[in-house]
Amino acid sequence: MEEIVRLHASSGTTGKPIVVAYTQADLDVWSEVMVRSFAACGLHRGDVIQNAYGYGLFTGGLGAHYGAEMLGATVIPISGGNTERQLMVMADFGVTALCCTPSYFLHLLESAKETKTDFSKLRVGVFGAEPWSEAMRDRIQAESGIRAHDIYGLSEIIGPGVGIECAQQHGLHIFEDHFYPEIIDPETGDVLPDGAEGELVLTTLSKQAMPMIRYRTRDITAIMAEPCECGRTLRRIRRIGRRSDDMVIIRGVNVFPSQVETALLRVEGTLPHYQIVLTRDKGLDQIEVKVEVTPEVFSDEIRKLEALQHQLEAAIENLLGLRVTVTLVQPRSLPRSEGKARRVTDLRNL
Amino acid sequence: MKLKQLSLFLENRPGQLRAPIAALGNAGIDILTMTLADTAQFGILRFIVADPARAKDVLEAEGMIVSVTEVVPIQVDNRPGGLAAVLAAIESAGLGVEYMYDFAARATPDKAAIIFRFEDADRALEALKAAGVRILTSEELLRK
Ligand SMILES: [Zn+2]
Repeated sequence: MEEIVRLHASSGTTGKPIVVAYTQADLDVWSEVMVRSFAACGLHRGDVIQNAYGYGLFTGGLGAHYGAEMLGATVIPISGGNTERQLMVMADFGVTALCCTPSYFLHLLESAKETKTDFSKLRVGVFGAEPWSEAMRDRIQAESGIRAHDIYGLSEIIGPGVGIECAQQHGLHIFEDHFYPEIIDPETGDVLPDGAEGELVLTTLSKQAMPMIRYRTRDITAIMAEPCECGRTLRRIRRIGRRSDDMVIIRGVNVFPSQVETALLRVEGTLPHYQIVLTRDKGLDQIEVKVEVTPEVFSDEIRKLEALQHQLEAAIENLLGLRVTVTLVQPRSLPRSEGKARRVTDLRNL
Repeated sequence: MKLKQLSLFLENRPGQLRAPIAALGNAGIDILTMTLADTAQFGILRFIVADPARAKDVLEAEGMIVSVTEVVPIQVDNRPGGLAAVLAAIESAGLGVEYMYDFAARATPDKAAIIFRFEDADRALEALKAAGVRILTSEELLRK
């Protein structure tokens, strides 16, 4: 334990928080891959980087921070939230690059337009911690005039900086000198050839505190082995659009249907049919949990049903750490599917 | 005497009321009186039929959730101050009213029937009888 100089935690892939540890050498590697990531986005000394990833146990904040510092840029460690202050800082300090989730950037963008905030100096966005689509990138770039880069990472491997999009914006270079990528068939575990779609597994080559061998990321992608026009020889992976399990990333937080199930069980004693519906309102993710009313919990008194609704909301919020709306729906009104139940309906147009 | 009222959960969106009403109609069940309580999100349909057990079966066969609640039908003079007199008796008996509604298919023009839901129907029945409040029987109510 003496060798461990830092701990972080993530919501992990099973819904329980996963603690990750770093030695000094691990932190040095992390900073180095973040420096390379920023450089691939065209950033260097002289840039003013506003880091709006959350500082704390989440790896995003400190990972980007130390990388940006080592790059020689000016770092503004503003952390997440407080839109008004974000915009003020962006204008006052002539921020040239912003690190945050893509959905939060859309939210900032809308607010900036409403308040007529000047962000003309901003030219690069380093966006990650949640999946986003090409369509969303097109929208961000068209509306803001910046270049939006996708950054990939996960706490279990190191944090942000496992992979980055270069100026080509065509796939993410994986820093395979530290993190060795393979694609497997998620059902059989067989390794698939370059170009084939499957689950990304990563092996750490330099990690000391918590080495990982063939860590299953649950992210579905494919390796692009052909050389990139940017000249980097590191192989790329296709942008990640979906995962092999039901996990969804909401406002940068990993959410599993199993967590919602735990909360429902806790309150009701039985597991009703439910559905998680994700929408995006003004750039922010909204979570609605539809719960079918069961004979056990149905009451002929409105206040009891409303109390139940609030209890469910509190129980789910407690487990996820996110605001949710619970809607009680009629029995048998939610869609049933054969085989694996689709618990999550994502209407966010990622 | 106590009366069995059926309560049904409904989502607050168009068309939700029609299905249960149609199911009862197809089964030849007459709804004697009903009331709909609603919030922004959902509603509860409360109604009284002559044969609640059968109505419950019919609705449950349609996949609906039905609960049975005991309510107390009270006779109220159909004149200004009639209901106030009954409410005064309820209050002095220390009973809390959860909700109440009019029994639509009443038999006599000078008397109204009001359905009361108390927290404890048995205790309410006893206390109201003692206070001289006229409790209706199901025969009186269901007589056309
Ligand atoms: Zn490249």
